[in-house]
Amino acid sequence: MIPLYILLGAVVIFLFWLAGTYNSLVGLRNQVKNAWAQIDVQLKRRHDLIPNLIETVRGYMTHERDTLENVTKARNVAAQASGAGVAAQSQAETVLSQALGRLLVTVEAYPDLKANQNFLALQEELTSTENKIGFARQFYNDQAMQFNNRIQMFPSNFVANSFNFKLAEFFEVEDAAERAVPKVSFS
Amino acid sequence: MINMWEQIRMNRRRSVVLVVLLAIVLMALGYAIAEGVQPGAGPVGVLIATVVWLVMSLVAYFQGDNILLAVSGAKEIEKKDHPRLFNIVEEMTIASGLPKMPRVFIIDDMALNAFAAGRRPDRAVVAVTAGLLGKLNRDQLQGVVAHEMSHIVNRDVLLMTMVGVTIGSIVLISNLFLRGLWFGGRGAHSRRYRSSRGGGNAGGIMIVIAIVLAILAPIVAQFVYLAISRRREYLADASAAILTRYPEGLAGALQLIGGDPTPMARATKATAPMYISNPFEKPGVRALNLTSTHPPIQQRINILRGMAGAVSFHAYDDAVKKVRDKKAGVVPHSALEADQALPIRPPNAEDAPDPRMRMREAGDLVRQMNQFAFIACPCGIKIKIPPDYARPVAICPRCRRKHPIATAKVK
Repeated sequence: MIPLYILLGAVVIFLFWLAGTYNSLVGLRNQVKNAWAQIDVQLKRRHDLIPNLIETVRGYMTHERDTLENVTKARNVAAQASGAGVAAQSQAETVLSQALGRLLVTVEAYPDLKANQNFLALQEELTSTENKIGFARQFYNDQAMQFNNRIQMFPSNFVANSFNFKLAEFFEVEDAAERAVPKVSFS
Repeated sequence: MINMWEQIRMNRRRSVVLVVLLAIVLMALGYAIAEGVQPGAGPVGVLIATVVWLVMSLVAYFQGDNILLAVSGAKEIEKKDHPRLFNIVEEMTIASGLPKMPRVFIIDDMALNAFAAGRRPDRAVVAVTAGLLGKLNRDQLQGVVAHEMSHIVNRDVLLMTMVGVTIGSIVLISNLFLRGLWFGGRGAHSRRYRSSRGGGNAGGIMIVIAIVLAILAPIVAQFVYLAISRRREYLADASAAILTRYPEGLAGALQLIGGDPTPMARATKATAPMYISNPFEKPGVRALNLTSTHPPIQQRINILRGMAGAVSFHAYDDAVKKVRDKKAGVVPHSALEADQALPIRPPNAEDAPDPRMRMREAGDLVRQMNQFAFIACPCGIKIKIPPDYARPVAICPRCRRKHPIATAKVK
């Protein structure tokens, strides 16, 4: 009789552990989704701000058509990419960030533009949105790492594999300029 | 931040222990005083002490925020009133993972200070003086807001409120007792002792203990309160550096705040601990450490600037040990365990509006909050009319045009 009770007890404990681990995995996955939704909101906001920015700037920067076009193109690509998954989106957004950065650098040469109230308000909104994207990204990556740790570490990896929990992708912002390091040859 | 909620849970446990300990001191004091005054009345003393504590706690818990806001002269703003401040608070909400953005208030004072209140993260409040909005650039303002919101995230407000209430009760009861002794005179007590049966000796000892406790308890409690307050300030500085990933922002802000001689119009000793910088600290005068609610500003600046390379609680703790030349750090274990290093980000591009326009905006904000009227003169300047201006006409100082007051628009 006793061995039977022990066996029953072990089974019960195992079931509890199973349920607990599964629930915590689900909870973490939802946190990751929530954190991603935060980023998504900010990214969309940035997409919405850009046409306004282009219009305000176009009148002053008549010779910078290429820069403006780049920004518009990048923005459209990024807007299309939303919903295509974390990796695709993060790449499109990186391109957009770089295009925007170049545009804002060229703005420095136009003092009357810098004094325009509309432009100032827009710039504040853009700066804030960039910051929010940065912070939301930080937060999302933290949640993703926590989730991935749980999936990959022993012993919760058994539960994760049995129930098909997938690893979360990180929202990386790659600096393409950094990758293209010029090669110096001394030959 | 990873595991921030676990951090908070650990803090809560420790804080509860602390408040319980202080409450025990309070009960002991009540017991001793009651026993000293009338042997056998110990439990009544405990009861009275408990009632006092409960009443103060309830008031502080439910109305503390509103009282603080009313006393400091803060007015709530929406996004359109000051988009930059609003945006910064929003950014910090995202960075810290708070569930809801705190309400944002502006204090119509040109001094440089800020505070945060809110017993729960979803009912929080952040207030900033107009002077701060005028003097600080975006990174520095972000650092200040991050510091205040760290207080909310770390549940410092709740802790300091409960500790403050408990200590307040201790001080109150001790004062009442000692004052009663003083005025009641020994005569009344001797009569009581002579007419009581037995327990005469016990009464004598108890009263001595009661007096000693009544004198010591408030002093010790005050020191404990101040020590806790200082530690929490360090932790908030560290959390702010990590949230913004830019310690120089807060360091620069503290430098400007510390160097500014303008006193705050409405700070009192009771509300001083809530502000980011001790409103009574005079620049250049090194306040005696033990009696201050905040660590010395210069030390805080040096610690923040001593964090090199990466931001993390470890980096902050190391900087603290170096600057204070002591072996013990100030960051609690729970924070060090859940720690991870983040790279420092580059500063934000120097922002528009330029500093002069920023000051002008801040001044206008204060005047607006104080019911000034604004008239836009065609020659380009904005005439600002105080609410008590009695004449029917305002004369433009530049072009000498006359503006009838009926057309004044109160924004």
